This record gives sequence, structure tokens and C-alpha cells, in this order.
Amino acid sequence: MQTVKMVVTGPFAAGKTEFIRTISEIAVVSTERRISDFTRTIKDHTTVAMDFGRITVDDDLVLYLFGTPGQRRFDFMWEILAEGMLGFIVMVDSTRSETFREAKQIIEIFRSYTDTPFVVAANKQDLEDAWPPEDLRIILELEPWIKVLPCVATDKESVKTVLLELLYTILESYDN
Amino acid sequence: MALKGRLRDISLTQLLNLIRLARKTGALTINGRDGRVELYFKEGKVIHASLNGDGDLASLLLKSGRIQESKLQALVRQLGTSDDKELGLRLINAGYVSRSDILRAVRKHTLDVVLTALTWEDGDFQFELNKPPPPGRIVVPINLDSIVREGDQRQKELVELQEELPDLNVSVRFTENPGTDLSNIKLSRDEWRVISFINPRNTLAQIARYSGLDEFQIRRIVLKLMQNGLVEIVGPQAGRPQPAPQGASISAGKQMERPPSRPARSKPKAPAVEKGVVRRLINFIRGL
Repeated sequence: MQTVKMVVTGPFAAGKTEFIRTISEIAVVSTERRISDFTRTIKDHTTVAMDFGRITVDDDLVLYLFGTPGQRRFDFMWEILAEGMLGFIVMVDSTRSETFREAKQIIEIFRSYTDTPFVVAANKQDLEDAWPPEDLRIILELEPWIKVLPCVATDKESVKTVLLELLYTILESYDN
Repeated sequence: MALKGRLRDISLTQLLNLIRLARKTGALTINGRDGRVELYFKEGKVIHASLNGDGDLASLLLKSGRIQESKLQALVRQLGTSDDKELGLRLINAGYVSRSDILRAVRKHTLDVVLTALTWEDGDFQFELNKPPPPGRIVVPINLDSIVREGDQRQKELVELQEELPDLNVSVRFTENPGTDLSNIKLSRDEWRVISFINPRNTLAQIARYSGLDEFQIRRIVLKLMQNGLVEIVGPQAGRPQPAPQGASISAGKQMERPPSRPARSKPKAPAVEKGVVRRLINFIRGL
């Protein structure tokens, strides 16, 4: 059986766990713990190890989704998770501009590991204060060929669209 | 829908760049420590600006010295309106100022406000799409390219000035024996204004406030006066604070190690799985 891996990364509380939970066929294996520091004002639980979701295509092919921990003290896991991935998704909370600089740095770090295709998911587009994807592209200083996609991580169709766009990008990379 | 945030997270240079590239129309409001700036844009160009509600034509023309205060006040009283366009027309028709005087004064004011705001390191901002300038105001479209460049330059200069003159809570006095030929020194209107307030009892911060100058302008003027030997600092300078950090850290957490700089980006490479596997994944996810 062949297994392929995609990584979902992004700043703290960007919606990575929710994204995987929405599409995974199994209950997401998530090592979540109650937050004890100042970040608790943003959410109650966070991923301290990693999220793990699965999509079984058939008996021969399984897609695994790994979510990176959002808190900085687990940076060391990123490179391990990135090894051998088919592509990656950078989740950005479009309503929290204070996280955009961090998102930009995460993209830089992942791109320094590998030339693997990736897309940016501009999450929480259903909220009024969300920055539009095209504005995020400029703030994150992304090249025009990198897809910045509107996303609502709790909505299955939206998550499917992001995954499909990443797969189309991967498909296009064979011709580069 | 409004774009909101803080300047410490997204700098004004980044915001101006976004507005320029996305050719946005609307109003950017910044509430900072030194007041409130409102910048108005049309299709990616700045067209009007105000700092703490200033920017009306009468005060701009007075500041530029193009008209006597008595004449202007008489006309404003006669007109009985605060509409800048109407006032401008009357002033031109009366032969007090030319159209280019007005446009030059508005343009200079807009640039001054933007450049002042570019030195702000923090403040809450909000960009409201398609919000127009207050009615009656004269608008002059100014390209943002050169402003962003000048803002960068000014930010660097500010850091240097802060190193040279870190504390604005000191006073200066005229030197008894200026080491320079005073007849060779030419002073601008702002410099004369600062000179009029020089007194050991006035701190530089107070002089800046009285003269309507920002930190950048007062430092630059006082340093010029010091370099020409006209003034000297009274008493010892306070401890030299560190200049503002360039690019504040992201959060209170550990700073991420930056990856080594890479050459120009190329498009991503194909992964080590067969193309058919990707197609199977696409077909499956489509059907979910």
C-alpha cells in the first residue's frame, strides 16, 4: 500500500486542527492540551505535538494529513514533518493581522526545507474582518503563481477546494 | 468591510504598498500615540491627508506664507463656509493666490502627513474601502511609489537622528560664541519657528509641540543648529536609549531562526510520487 503525506502548517490558532478534522475520515489524532499561558485568551486548547488525519483512497493508496504544532517551542518538529511530503498548506487566520508576519516566516522556513508545492489558505473568510486573499498575497509578498485561497476550515467543501487546488498545483509541477 | 490591525504588526510602508498594488480606493485611519492620521486614496494614489483633523485650506495657505492672515480671515468671514473648494476659487478670483499655490500647499501637506505617519512604529489602523474624503476638501493625487521610497529613507534617517539626539526632554540655549559665520546660514520657516522658542526652560519636546513639528523634524532642525554652532544642549544628556528596533519581534515567544537567504524563487519541483497517484487523489477528493 502506498501512503502519501501532506502537511498543514501556519501560526498558532490559524485553524489547522479544524481543517484536518473537517476532511479526515478518522477522528483526528490530536495531542491537544489545555493552554496555560497568555495565548489562552485566543483559544482553550492547542496542539502540542501534532494532528494526524487520514483519507483512504482505496486499498492501495492512503493520504495522511499532518498538522504542525502552532506554538513556537515545537519548531524542531517542522523539518521532521516536512520530510517526504507531497505538498503543504499554510493556514492563515485572515482576521488576525498580528499573525501575518509569523505566517510569512513559516512559509520562508518551509520553503527553505524543500521546493515542494504549497498553497496558502486564507482561513475564516466567513468573518466580517477577514483580509481578502489578494491583500494577503501582497502582505505575505508571495509570487503571483502561488495560490492564496479563500477558506473556511469548518466547511467541508471549502477544505476540499483547498486540497484540490494543492493537488492541481502538484500536478502542474510535473510539467515545470 | 475594513482591514484592521496594528502598525507594529504591519507597517505603514507595507500598507501603502498594498494600497498601491491593489489600486485601492478608501480611507486609512491610524490612531497612534501622537494623534490620529486620516489618509484618503483613490485607485492606489493618496489624494488627501489630515493629522488630528488639520488640513483645511486656510491653515495650509497660512502655513505656506502665501497669504496674509487678515486678508484670509476677512474672506473666510465673508464667505461663511468651510468649503475649501469654494474658498480656493474665491482666493484665486481675488488674485491672492494662484491655482498652483493651492495645489502645492495641499500636496506638501499631504506628503508631510504621510511622512510623519511613516515614522510611527505603533498605532491601530483601519482601512475602509471606498470611503471618500470629507466633502469640500481639495484633493491632489500623489503617486505612492516615491512616498514609500522616501518613507524608507526617512525611517533610516530617524534612527540615525535618534542616536545623535536620543532625548527630547533636554533643553538647548544659544551659544555665546558661535563658531561659524552667521551671515552664511540660511534658515527655513520651521527652523526660525524653533529658534523663536529656544530657551533653557523649554525642552525640545515642548518646542516640537509648540511648533507643530514631529520628532523627526525637531531632531533634524536642532541637530542642524548644533552642527552650525548656534545652539548647545543645557546640562548633561539623559542616558542614551536604544534606537527603535527595526522590525519588532513577532510575539513574546522565541524568535524563529530565519532560513538562509535564497536566490530568486523558482516554481516548485515535482514530488517523488507518480503523476497517476496525484490524479487518483484528485478524483477521490472530488467525490467526497
